[in-house]
Amino acid sequence: MSEIAVRMEHVYKKFRKGEVYNSLRDLLPALTGRMFRQSGLSEADKREFWALQDISFEVKRGQAFGIIGANGAGKSTMLKLLGRIMKPTQGSIQVNGRISALIELGAGFHQDLTGRENIYLYGTILGMARREIDTKFNEIVEFAGLAEFIDTPVKRYSSGMYARLGFAVAAHVNPDVLLVDEVLSVGDTLFQRRCFDYMQKIIRSGATVLFVSHNLRTVAEFCSQALLLDRGRPATMGPTSEVIKHYLTNMRDHRAADQSRPVVISGVTVRDAAGPCQRFESGKKAWIDIEASAHEPCSNLALVLHFRDESHRSLFSTTTERLGCKTFSMNPGEILKCTFEVELNFSPGTYYTSVNIYRHDIDRALDIWEAAETIYVWSEQDVSGPVNCFPKVLHQEIFRNGLRDSDDCVTGKHSAQDSQISAASTPTQVN
Amino acid sequence: MKEDLQELYKHRQLLYMLAYRDIRVRYKQSIMGFLWAVLMPIVIVLSGLVVRYAYALGAHAPLNTADIASVAVKSLPWAFLVSSIRFSCNCLVQNQNLVTKVYFPKEIFPLAATLASLFDLLVASGALILVLLALQVGWSPYLLWTPLLLATVVLLAAGVGMLVSAASLFFRDVKFIVEVLLTFGIFFTPVFYEVKMFGDKGKFLLLNPVSPLLDGLGSCVARHQSPDLAWFAYSLIFSLMAFLGGYFFFKHLEPGFAESV
Repeated sequence: MSEIAVRMEHVYKKFRKGEVYNSLRDLLPALTGRMFRQSGLSEADKREFWALQDISFEVKRGQAFGIIGANGAGKSTMLKLLGRIMKPTQGSIQVNGRISALIELGAGFHQDLTGRENIYLYGTILGMARREIDTKFNEIVEFAGLAEFIDTPVKRYSSGMYARLGFAVAAHVNPDVLLVDEVLSVGDTLFQRRCFDYMQKIIRSGATVLFVSHNLRTVAEFCSQALLLDRGRPATMGPTSEVIKHYLTNMRDHRAADQSRPVVISGVTVRDAAGPCQRFESGKKAWIDIEASAHEPCSNLALVLHFRDESHRSLFSTTTERLGCKTFSMNPGEILKCTFEVELNFSPGTYYTSVNIYRHDIDRALDIWEAAETIYVWSEQDVSGPVNCFPKVLHQEIFRNGLRDSDDCVTGKHSAQDSQISAASTPTQVN
Repeated sequence: MKEDLQELYKHRQLLYMLAYRDIRVRYKQSIMGFLWAVLMPIVIVLSGLVVRYAYALGAHAPLNTADIASVAVKSLPWAFLVSSIRFSCNCLVQNQNLVTKVYFPKEIFPLAATLASLFDLLVASGALILVLLALQVGWSPYLLWTPLLLATVVLLAAGVGMLVSAASLFFRDVKFIVEVLLTFGIFFTPVFYEVKMFGDKGKFLLLNPVSPLLDGLGSCVARHQSPDLAWFAYSLIFSLMAFLGGYFFFKHLEPGFAESV
C-alpha cells in the first residue's frame, strides 16, 4: 500500500444558500424567473457560498492529523467529503484503504430492533462482512457491557447505553483510515478514556486518524500535525502546537480589526479554575472572559451571555445589566473586559456560548458572536435532557406479602454509581 | 458504470441486511406478524371476487374456477408492485440519517425495499399455491412461463422504485403523484377483469406495461394457455428500459442526495 493514506488536492466545495426547492411548486416559478432574468448569473452567485476553498494536504500512513477551526470553518464539510458522503465541486480526494467514521455513533440503529440485530445492521453499514461480525460479536457485546440487554429493543436503552453500543460496533471495524468527529467529547470520562484508548490502538496498528475538533487540548494530545481552517480556507498547516498558537492569536486579531461595527467582541474564553478549558463536569463552575473594543463612541451598553444546545436552542441567557451591573459607555481605543461566572448545570452534551453586546436604550445588538466557544459537559451520572437535576435514588424496594423482599436502599454517598445500576436493571423505565 | 456495479456487489450484504431490517420492522410489535403478508392480498383477492361476481351476474354467466384462480393469481403481483413502489418512494427520505452520514451506494435503499416486498410476495405465493391446489386448478407446461413473468414484474418494480425514490428526495410532490397512480392504477390494469372482456379495445389496456404481465400470469396459471408473446416482449423491453433508466437516473442524482435531502 502506498505511503500516503489521504490526499486532498485543490478541493473546493460550493453550497447553495437559502431554500432548496423541495417541491415543484417552488421550482417552476424559480426556473421561469431565471429564464427571463438577464442578470441570472450574478443572482446565482450571490446565493452560492464556498464552504471549502483550495484545500490541499497529505496525511502519511500511521499519522494522526488534526483539523481545527472555529464553528462554520468547514470542518464538518471536510469530513463529509473524506467520508465520500459528498463530492467536491472541484479538485480530487484520494483515500487509500478502508475508511471508517466515528461521526455519529449509532446513526444506523433502528429503534425497533434489538441490540443483537442492531449490531449486525450497524456493522454491515460500516462495511463489515457478516462472518466478521459473527466472530467479533461476543467481543462487541462485552466491550459495550450490554450482555444482559442484548435482546432488548434499543429504543428502551438509555442514551449512554445507546452510545456505548454504537461505539463498540464502530470500534471493531479495523479501518485503515479513521475519521473522528467531536463525538468523543460527549459522554462520561470512562467512555472517553475508552475512545482515546481505541484511537491510540488504531494509530499503533499503523492506521491513519483524521481528527476534527474544537477541543484544542485533545488535538494537541493526539495529533502531531494539524490544519487550521479559516472560513473554508486553509490558514496554516504544520506541527499541532504551532497551528494552535496561530489559531488563538489570529481569532482575536481578526475580530478586533473589524471596522464595520462601532463595537466588536474581540475575545471569548471559557475557563475553569486552572485555565482555558472546554470539558467541564456537570454542575461545576465555569468562567467566561469577554473582551470588547470600540471603534466609535457608544453608550448604554450591556453584554448578553447565551447558552445554546447543539440544535441552537437557547437554554439560558443573562445580561450584565440584569445581573445588576450598570450599563457602560465606551470610546474609541478603549477595551472592555468582563467575566461571567456560571454553574454548568447541564446534562452531558455539547453546548455553545454566544455573546452579544447591545445598546440598552434602543434595544439593538451592536455585535453578535454566535457560538463563540464550544463547551462539552460530562457527568458520571447517566442522565439526559438539557438540564442536570443531579438525581439520586433514595430507595427502591419490592414488597412481597407485605414483607420487604430486598434491601436496595441507596445512600447518598454512592449515589452516582448506584443510580446507574438501578437505572440499568430496569431498562423499560430508563428515561 | 463498471465501478458502480462493483461497489454495489461489494455492498450486497448490506442490501440483504436492509431488506431483512425492513421485513423485521414491518411486522414487529404486531400480533399477527407474518400473517399480514398473506392477509393483505386476501383482502385484494376478495374485493376482486366481488367485482368478478358482479360481472358474472351482469353477463348471466356462471363464475367458474378459472376466473377465481385468475383473479387470485393476478392480485399478488399487483400487491407486490404497489407495496414495492410505495416503500421505495419513501426509502431515502426515511433513511435520511444514513443518507447524510454514511457512505455506500444508495441504490441499495430502493432495491432493499423491493426485496422486502418480494419476501411478502413469496410468503403470499406459498398460501396461493395451497388455494390453487384446493381449487384443483390443475397444471400445464405453460406454468414454466411464471418465473420469467414474475422476474419481469420485479425488474419493473425495481426500476420504477429507483426512479421515484431519487425523484421524491428532491421533490416531495412525487410521493403524492405516485400515491394517486398506485391507488387508481388498479382500474387501468387487468387485475379484477380480463383483457379479453374488452374485445378489440383490449390492446389499449395492454399498452400499460403491467397488463401483459398480469394477463400472461392469469393465462398460464389459471387458463393453461401461453401468454401473448408479442405483448410479453413489449413489457419485457419496457421493464428493462425502466430498470436501466431508473438506475442511471438514480446514479446521476446520487451525488446531490446528502445536500438536498
